[in-house]
Amino acid sequence: MTTQTAKKPRYLADSPRFLAGLFMSPTIIYIVALVGFPFALAIIYAFTDITTGDPSLEFVGLDTIKAVWNDTVFRRALGNTFWFAVISNLFVVILATGLAELLTRDFKGKWFVRFLVLLPWVAPVSLATLTWLWTLDSVFSPIDWLLRQVGLIDQNMYWLGRPSLAFISVVAVQVWRIAPLAAVIVMAGMMAIPKDVHDAVEVDGAGPWRRLFEINIPLLAPIIAVAVLFGVILSMADMSVIYVLTRGGPTHRTQVLSTWAYFKGIEGGALGQGAAVALFLFPVLVGLTAVILRLARRREVL
Amino acid sequence: MTWDSTNVARLREKTRRRHRLGRVGLYLSAIGFSLFAVFPFSWAVISMFKRSNDLYSRDNNPFWFNEPPTLQHIQYLFRETNYLTFVRNTLIVGLVVTAVTLAFSLPTAYALARLRLKWGERMGIAIFLVYLIPPTLLFIPMTRVINFLGIQETLWSLILVYPTITIPISSWLLMGYFKSIPMDIEEQAMVDGYSRLGAITRVVMPLMFPGIVAVIVFAFTLSAHEFIYALSFNKASAVKTIATGVPTELIRGDVFFWQSLQSAVVLVAIPIALVFNAFLDRFIAGFTMGAVKG
Amino acid sequence: MALLEVRGLRKEFGDVVAVDGVDIKSEEGEFLVLLGPSGCGKTTLLRMIAGLEHPTEGQILLGGEDVTDLPPRARQIAMVFQSYALYPHMTVARNIAFPLKAQGVDGPERDEKVKWAAGLFGIEHLLHRRPRQLSGGERQRVALARAIVREPSVFLLDEPLSNLDAKLRAAARDDLMGFQRRIGITSVYVTHDQVEAMGMGDRIAVMRDGKIRQMGTPEEVYHHPADTFVAQFIGSPPMNLLDWGDYILGFRPEHFLPEGVQDGGDRVPFDFFVNRIEYLGSERYLYGFIPGHEETKVIAMLPATVTVPLEEQRQHRFSVASDQLRFFDKDGGQKIPPQTIQA
Repeated sequence: MTTQTAKKPRYLADSPRFLAGLFMSPTIIYIVALVGFPFALAIIYAFTDITTGDPSLEFVGLDTIKAVWNDTVFRRALGNTFWFAVISNLFVVILATGLAELLTRDFKGKWFVRFLVLLPWVAPVSLATLTWLWTLDSVFSPIDWLLRQVGLIDQNMYWLGRPSLAFISVVAVQVWRIAPLAAVIVMAGMMAIPKDVHDAVEVDGAGPWRRLFEINIPLLAPIIAVAVLFGVILSMADMSVIYVLTRGGPTHRTQVLSTWAYFKGIEGGALGQGAAVALFLFPVLVGLTAVILRLARRREVL
Repeated sequence: MTWDSTNVARLREKTRRRHRLGRVGLYLSAIGFSLFAVFPFSWAVISMFKRSNDLYSRDNNPFWFNEPPTLQHIQYLFRETNYLTFVRNTLIVGLVVTAVTLAFSLPTAYALARLRLKWGERMGIAIFLVYLIPPTLLFIPMTRVINFLGIQETLWSLILVYPTITIPISSWLLMGYFKSIPMDIEEQAMVDGYSRLGAITRVVMPLMFPGIVAVIVFAFTLSAHEFIYALSFNKASAVKTIATGVPTELIRGDVFFWQSLQSAVVLVAIPIALVFNAFLDRFIAGFTMGAVKG
Repeated sequence: MALLEVRGLRKEFGDVVAVDGVDIKSEEGEFLVLLGPSGCGKTTLLRMIAGLEHPTEGQILLGGEDVTDLPPRARQIAMVFQSYALYPHMTVARNIAFPLKAQGVDGPERDEKVKWAAGLFGIEHLLHRRPRQLSGGERQRVALARAIVREPSVFLLDEPLSNLDAKLRAAARDDLMGFQRRIGITSVYVTHDQVEAMGMGDRIAVMRDGKIRQMGTPEEVYHHPADTFVAQFIGSPPMNLLDWGDYILGFRPEHFLPEGVQDGGDRVPFDFFVNRIEYLGSERYLYGFIPGHEETKVIAMLPATVTVPLEEQRQHRFSVASDQLRFFDKDGGQKIPPQTIQA
């Protein structure tokens, strides 16, 4: 028999270390260049007075951040962002758990129901929101027509025209959009519960309510939390729904940090202030992400 | 409890009734959820075929064709607007971004799932974290980067930036699919006389095919959804995608071309939703497998 | 010159030492079994021989050449995995041809060899099927045919029978042995099943905690275990071990017989209190203890030919031939020379 003595370079294609470098480096370089670098830039901008008209980087210390903070619109946006995220996700949890429970059952036409129910999430955001813009139209809203037919209202509701009602509308659309995603996450968690557990519960004679509150919810608590955190991050970071529906109006009642950053930084040209506004999201996102990771970890132990 | 026959019969009746009640509840909630989800879309679908006289009348039943339906608004959409340009732009950006995404994330996911790197797990989590950094945090400096490169108002700007969204999530998904292919099979190929690269191309990749298709769908959908970057980088009609073109271009000042607008939405949203749905189970599998320690 | 040699092999995974200084020499045509409980390092050792795992220390030699740094494909070895690892996207014929393709063998020569290998295992009729259409036994044959097709110098098998059900396993064991004897190929076989090890191995290496505790023929390992671990790991039921003052006393259950069953020779008598009797058809198992050593369970195995009436919850007179007594060191459990014994 023959066994060739090897020269190392011939076996480069076998070396895990060489392959790891080869396989990982493009992604790492790309992410550092196009996520890491802009992120650093965002932080730098927040300490300068850079605008599109005057793109030189002059450090002004905390002046830009102070200016942003002292802006009453910013304060409103900060509060709105918080309530927008909290209220909408409260409803998302309830709907998503119910929806996930439904979609893990067997029934006729399930495929079609699943398709319909996921439509709000799967359709491009800005387009899906356009259907609501039309549904909530000040004059021709079919909801108003229905309410008029039943005799609940005489005048139209002006869903997006009255400050508080606009806020409620925006929250409702957000719930409508995010609930399917949260449901899919919870569903994945439900399918991961061993069938044995369900069988044991069945044999023990537990009814559907006891099954829900004593088995599903405790076992699913971590994954539901993950779904909520995703929902919160999405609600805080995304601006499409509000941009399309109200553009932050009326009277900034639906202004949130992301839209405000866009109007300031891109449409208003105050890059430094825009970046500073967006950066206010960062600590919150970091906190939420840490919680997600901890919960995900604990789930693995389960 | 004693087992006499009346008792059993009563129990059987009770169980049957409860079962029937459960089924009714199940279907009612299925209908309820479906109606809630689909309500604005159904209004959009009706609107797109309505004549203006019918639509813009406050007292007409909005859910009924009071005048015969028409295709004129869809024709308007295709003939008089840039809709087809938006569709074309979305397709070009989506396809290129998907290709780039695969080229980057396939090797990365393989390395993380298979090469047993010391810092592999931490790296995987780091990549997942990048997915959680939203465009909202980055779009302002990113606009400057794009301007600096001189590719604003071109599709290249989107092609360059969208992979920041698609690569992390695709790597995570692909990692899950790699882990689902038994290590034995790959090692067997290596014992059978192939290098690791040979084993990957001849044995692992063919088995990854379904996972790769799923990632193609996912990455394409993500890039078709994207809104903030597209809105910030490209203001000219010729380089807008569907996500930004439809909401900004089909409205002239205060005049909304509602029927055409809704046609534009429906004609895109439904196909994307159909394809995405077909792959949903595979996405779920990928995400959960990625989370399992390998 | 040994065909396969392993010198001072060591493998660490982080803090865990999986293989801890192993030396093996195997001659041409030998069937060597690595036997041990799960986690003893036997599979890691096999994977290092295959080149799938790089040793932390030590050398691997094939035919006298150091192959430690060579990747698997350069070692001319074949391996059968526990799962068989058939390529699910290829037909049986393409599965078997796959290693040949790697070597650049093609055309009629390749077809010829595929037919030859398939013929060896009687699977010519399955060549056009896909792995998922095969039964467990058929899959195993395909895996073996694929391993043998390029005539490797060493054949590595990682628990290849453990996925088969009990009946099939006996037949497959027989097939495998017949085939190995015919081809005369050096084989290293990993298993945790002592019956397989005893039945198949020319030599057995008993492993625990990354070390080889004993290496020898099945007879040596069974009758002269090197330490208490080997004594208890091999044999079913295992060797009885009793704390006997200065040392540990051991004897096999089948040598522990009622007084009078076997006459002649030098025998050492024991009292045996029988708790429970299990009747298994071909033999009887007696569970109990020796008075004065109540804390240790003792088992006696009587063949059906021994018809002496015995009762539960009674004390009986038993004895062991003195040349069947084994002695072990109290600390460490190593084998020590025969001692004089007072029962």
